[in-house]
Amino acid sequence: MFHLSIVTPEKIFYDDEVKSLVVPGSEGYLGILSKHAPLITALKPGKLEFKDSHDKHVIFAVSGGFLEVSNNQANLLVEAVEPAEEIDLERAQKAYDKALKKLREEGDKLSEVELAAEKTALEKAANRIKVYQDTH
Amino acid sequence: MATLKAVKKRIRTVISTKRITKAMEMVAAAKLRRAQQKVEQTRPYSRVMEQMLGHLAAASTDDTVVHPFFEVREIKKKTLVVVASDRGLCGSYNANILRQATQWLEENSGFETEVVTVGKRVNDFFKHHQWSIVSNYINWDGKLDYDKAKEMVRFLTWRFLKKETDEITLLYTRFISTSRHQITETCYLPITKPKEKEETGYNIDYIFEPSAEAVYDAILPDYAASKMVTALAESFASEHSNRMLAMNNATTNAEEMVHSLTLEYNKARQAQITKELLEVVSGAEALKS
Repeated sequence: MFHLSIVTPEKIFYDDEVKSLVVPGSEGYLGILSKHAPLITALKPGKLEFKDSHDKHVIFAVSGGFLEVSNNQANLLVEAVEPAEEIDLERAQKAYDKALKKLREEGDKLSEVELAAEKTALEKAANRIKVYQDTH
Repeated sequence: MATLKAVKKRIRTVISTKRITKAMEMVAAAKLRRAQQKVEQTRPYSRVMEQMLGHLAAASTDDTVVHPFFEVREIKKKTLVVVASDRGLCGSYNANILRQATQWLEENSGFETEVVTVGKRVNDFFKHHQWSIVSNYINWDGKLDYDKAKEMVRFLTWRFLKKETDEITLLYTRFISTSRHQITETCYLPITKPKEKEETGYNIDYIFEPSAEAVYDAILPDYAASKMVTALAESFASEHSNRMLAMNNATTNAEEMVHSLTLEYNKARQAQITKELLEVVSGAEALKS
């Protein structure tokens, strides 16, 4: 067992012991168990899974963030996290369509900053849809 | 001596003003509670992020890690971001920050300077004084709007990376407690590289996925964003608590005024009764003789 805290800009989302953790690292999914070597990594949008102290398996959709593991303590900094069962598919689909449309129609007019923002939005929406489909 | 009617009218006016200030105080108190909650919510995130950045710097001791956000350039142009409120009636909140901003601009008059404003009040002020405003963010309604904050961060970082400006300073009011606020001036960009030596002394050999540079690339924009969000949250909490205090003072003053006016009213009333009595008595005296 090790301690996991999931912190978002809005609140401390989770702060308790867990048995195992799987995160979407920037280079692919990685699993963390107790006594993992110190690690810092960036995360990309994806599926976050962990097994809590009662062996309950929980799945979340996360947008990008960071993970730091040291001294049997995992700190997860994420921009947004959503339990898989609470994902609003319709809303995710809408966000996806909107971003896609904007990229298709005005892609060449947007500044680099706006372009990057739209791309991240698209990626996040796609991820939420994917996690929803994986778990339902 | 004022006439009875005039005094009575004034009392009524003061009472209705008092009612308004009392209501505004209560509204500000409710908003403050929410804003304070926001401040407390944003703190853990920025704390953990700072800690992570510290570990990152401690572990990647080679100075080869260069990131555009760390780049200290020869300064030609400076940008000042001033965070204040959209609305007035909040005591000296805006006046204080504007005084500090003006002072900063005077101190840095040797450089080319520009201002980014948050809140209508500052915007109007700088427009009036003809400083160059490059961008303004108004109509926050005293609430933290993440999208707006992100847009701001995007604008500022972009300006810095494009070398449109060489240093960005952030001026905001830090919320310490309901009655204590502190005007804070921090360097927003370039980001000062965290001290490499950690005071805890543990120098852990971290694994970086995929590399320290890549993690820096990902974390620094978020760090910049979180810094801005924290500053905004603190400012809004300060604004509401300032307004609450100002309105509380106004209510107390109104109460005092009602008290002294009532005294005046009673005096005038008594004086009138005495006068009438005198008239009656002297009338009767005149009839007798």
